[in-house]
Amino acid sequence: MAKVIQRRSLTLLERSYLWEIIKGMGTTFKHLFRNFKNPEKMQLMSYPEVEVQTPQNYRGSHRLMKRPDGEPRCVACYMCSTACPARCITIEAEPSSDPRIEKKPRKFEIDWLVCVFCGLCEEACPVDAIRMDTRKVAISHYTRKEFIADMPRLLNWDPKDFPANDAQSQKAPGGKQNQQAKQIWGLEVKHS
Amino acid sequence: MEMVKRPLPAGFQKVSGDDNTEEYFINMGPQHPATHGVLRLVLRLDGETVRECVPHLGYIHRGIEKQAESETYLQYVHLTDRMDYLTSHMNNHSVCMAIEKAVGIGVPDRAEYIRVMVLELNRISSHLMMFGCFGGDLGAQTALLYGFKEREVITDIFDELCGARLTMNYFRPGGVANDIPDTFIARVKKVIVDVERTLEEFDRLITGNVIIQERSRGIGILTREDAIAYGCTGCVLRASGVPYDLRKDDPYSIYDRLDFDVPTKQNGDSFDRYVIHIDEIRQSIRILQQCIEQIPEGPYRSKEKPSYRLPAGSYYAATETAKGIFGTYVVAEKGDKPWRIHSRSPNFANLSPIGKMVKGHMIADVVTVITTLDILIPDIDR
Repeated sequence: MAKVIQRRSLTLLERSYLWEIIKGMGTTFKHLFRNFKNPEKMQLMSYPEVEVQTPQNYRGSHRLMKRPDGEPRCVACYMCSTACPARCITIEAEPSSDPRIEKKPRKFEIDWLVCVFCGLCEEACPVDAIRMDTRKVAISHYTRKEFIADMPRLLNWDPKDFPANDAQSQKAPGGKQNQQAKQIWGLEVKHS
Repeated sequence: MEMVKRPLPAGFQKVSGDDNTEEYFINMGPQHPATHGVLRLVLRLDGETVRECVPHLGYIHRGIEKQAESETYLQYVHLTDRMDYLTSHMNNHSVCMAIEKAVGIGVPDRAEYIRVMVLELNRISSHLMMFGCFGGDLGAQTALLYGFKEREVITDIFDELCGARLTMNYFRPGGVANDIPDTFIARVKKVIVDVERTLEEFDRLITGNVIIQERSRGIGILTREDAIAYGCTGCVLRASGVPYDLRKDDPYSIYDRLDFDVPTKQNGDSFDRYVIHIDEIRQSIRILQQCIEQIPEGPYRSKEKPSYRLPAGSYYAATETAKGIFGTYVVAEKGDKPWRIHSRSPNFANLSPIGKMVKGHMIADVVTVITTLDILIPDIDR
């Protein structure tokens, strides 16, 4: 169980320092030549020029999903703002014009300076209206006011940036409304 | 000229010293790069010899425990990411275990295996960081870069797994947030091969290096009795000859099904504390290999709907993180918010014997002791 390892004393060769320095430099130079041989394996990135490729589920800045008619999918249920530990989501509701849906948001604001990007809002949403998969992680503005994202900004995303095989990421629930969605987006939407 | 008598800084004792030498005080930190964060050590020096050392804390106090009282239990999980950010999965695990204990929800088998794999990957990444800092603080910048290079691969796995690189927030009461991606197992296998290969290299480069050995052997000795008395846990305790590991002695999750050793050393000096970390990486690799073979199919999160309203009472759950024992003590009352949450952080206990350990050593040895204690200040201050 307990593993006791005995300590050995330094040998004469080790005491001489010189042999150890040669050994250490050998390792360092091995790495150097390995990197020369295939530089693409080096974990280096010229950051501002080359953008970091984060995976699709990376928790970045938010977006609001849309229905086929272009309206936000959000039903203003306040689940996300309740789940938010930083309390950065502000929602104001108003009656929806669609008779099947009770409410829709009049105001939906996320303060990205307050947000801690924990992903709980995404998890709490019952209609999959809020997502954090824009992969935009470097959010920079000049004033604090610009960091508060309002509804038009959250709805302003290009479907071409998201995987086409995920029908959910393109439009609202499937069925015959797919045709509508195709016309609105101007692209083929696959659904299973 | 008459000498001005200044009062001693807080925490120091009056000694009747000899008048021929001049003792002076120096602040090491809070902006010292070798103190691993905003730690301020006040040193009483005689020439370059440390006579006394008193750590001053509180520079990164964020009131996490107080904030927890106004948040629900699920919201508290992500706050523990911000304590010891190198072992964030393990902190989350501790909180989730306390909630599971209180509500009485079980965790599916697959979720337990995912958890253990993630925990051990996290342990490897934390130990690699310690390896890098150990080399970097002693002047071997090569080690710093190599450690970070290996760590990057593990961080990339977490990146794909839970969508974050540092503040994971992946564990939930009753399981994990989402299932592992298809590439996960293959990537873990690759990490195992990589780390096993590079550990040999690290051993050659740093552990066998005579300069490192002479700078760390016999420096900052922590005796077995002191380690127990100060409440040290983790690698610091095991380097002093106490084979205490919560994974073996009070098995939680599925650690009782897995076969691994608890590396222990006898001398309790800086070199032993460093070598323990390297040995532990090897044990973590063994655990990972067993998990890959045994991982079953099934749900990744309990189907029982957790109410997240804990029955009134107090609950405690502890995990063995890469630094030591991280415990979460929850006092629950009626409602969805805790009355009080306290975290037993391993780093605080591990830092406390530093005054005893550095006494009589040179000022450069203080850096060696700090880096081998493997402390992290955000966890101490919270």
